[in-house]
Amino acid sequence: MAKKEYAFYPGCSSQLKGSASNYLTSVNSMCETLDVKMTPIPDWNCCGASIGYAGSGELARHVMNARNFALADEHLHGQDVVATCAACWLGAKETKEKLGASAQLMADTNEALKEAGLQYKGNTQVRHMVEVLIEDIGYEQLGAPVVKPLEGVKIAGYVGCQTNRPFGIAGESFENPLYLDKLVETVGGEALTKYEQKVTCCGGALAFSEPEKSQAQIKDIVESAYDQGADMIVTPCPLCQANVEIYQSDINKRYGTKFDMPVAYYSQLMAVAYGATPKQAGLDGHIIKPTKLQEIAVKVVPTGKR
Amino acid sequence: MGAMNEQALAKYTNNFLREVEERVEEGEWVKMCMQCGVCAGSCPFGPDWEHSPQKIFMMIRAGKRDEVLSSDSMWMCTSCYNCVVRCPRELPITQIMHGLATYAQRLGLAPKMNPTRKFSLLFWDNCTRTGRVNELKLALGLYFMDGLVAGIKKAWAMRNTGLGLLMAGRLNPFEILKGHECKDKAGIQRMLKKAYEIEEKRRGFAK
Repeated sequence: MAKKEYAFYPGCSSQLKGSASNYLTSVNSMCETLDVKMTPIPDWNCCGASIGYAGSGELARHVMNARNFALADEHLHGQDVVATCAACWLGAKETKEKLGASAQLMADTNEALKEAGLQYKGNTQVRHMVEVLIEDIGYEQLGAPVVKPLEGVKIAGYVGCQTNRPFGIAGESFENPLYLDKLVETVGGEALTKYEQKVTCCGGALAFSEPEKSQAQIKDIVESAYDQGADMIVTPCPLCQANVEIYQSDINKRYGTKFDMPVAYYSQLMAVAYGATPKQAGLDGHIIKPTKLQEIAVKVVPTGKR
Repeated sequence: MGAMNEQALAKYTNNFLREVEERVEEGEWVKMCMQCGVCAGSCPFGPDWEHSPQKIFMMIRAGKRDEVLSSDSMWMCTSCYNCVVRCPRELPITQIMHGLATYAQRLGLAPKMNPTRKFSLLFWDNCTRTGRVNELKLALGLYFMDGLVAGIKKAWAMRNTGLGLLMAGRLNPFEILKGHECKDKAGIQRMLKKAYEIEEKRRGFAK
């Protein structure tokens, strides 16, 4: 497989000891297997996320995102920017779209960027890691390096919001996107295609400020996974992962439930299927241990299959 | 009442729709709403707010300025974009909700005690200080935003979650001293200052 290169925008939560640091660990492992080279954008900054609006206003938010594009263009010219975080991807994509549609906003952004010695030219694309996987590599090639198919693992694919709306993945519907289920099947897992909370909102940043309201959402998301007989939930979004995993104990207290449902990233499934150790797949980064994945990850690969 | 609000009242006297169109991000879309109510039925926090986006849009057209700007409904937006993708008129509803909330905040009319208002300001301040989010300070800032006693109670209630994250290598206690940051912090501060200045000029907030 030809080596592919991208300008990597990992995002704040993926940093060392950040709340999604194990996402980054598993992405690195997955990309190594797929021969994808991800070079971090030098000195990248926060996208401002959706929740920063009250302080940012409009232009400052675009300027933050444009700075990353400008840095990528300068240091990693010609490479697409690839984000692993839903909010980073959405923020950057929204900025690119808005600046592309308004000469005024473009000029204002560049006037501000000049203060940091940078220029936004608008010639860099931004993609989600999932787009790289399914569009640039394709399901068939993604299945090729599988040495440990996730046989018998029942997985509820929780896509969530911001990887799905408002932009989404090309060719997928907003109400029932199928790519996550297809990825699960590609690595030999059992996709629970009837899982009905696939695109329900977990509360996002309001899990912090409005915990009761958000936990009512998360309760539905986890409960439905149990109803479908899931062994685990899988998601492409770092905030979905954190919210749905870490508040289960709070929900148990609030509602008298007995939730103990692991929530992993698609990249962890792939890393394990590709033969990564539990550590390489970031399986040590969970409060609720994904035991089924752990069992597969520690298995010795049958000789001759590699 | 703040000076900025008085200036806005004087400028737009009885035309709140025009005020929204000129001063709120994506505000020019408000008049396109056809009152179908799909947004109201698509919102995950539907049971929690007083005014649906549909209602807010009609209230803007009816000139209910105080009711709109002091509403806590916009602050209930989780940025899930469900309303946006379902709106038959393709209004950027999420952005309008954020824009209205931001404008209300600017004028000093937003509900003071709304937790998401506080968290939103806290987040932006946190991430722009060094260019990257300091997750520990963000969480502590949230717990302690209603004072020391409330903060200690909340931090205590969340201790097991925090410990779990610590054990999982997803929380760094040393971030209280120094977290991840951008090298060009100064450049980021300069460009943001410039961005605020330009926006104030464009939206007519500048004195």
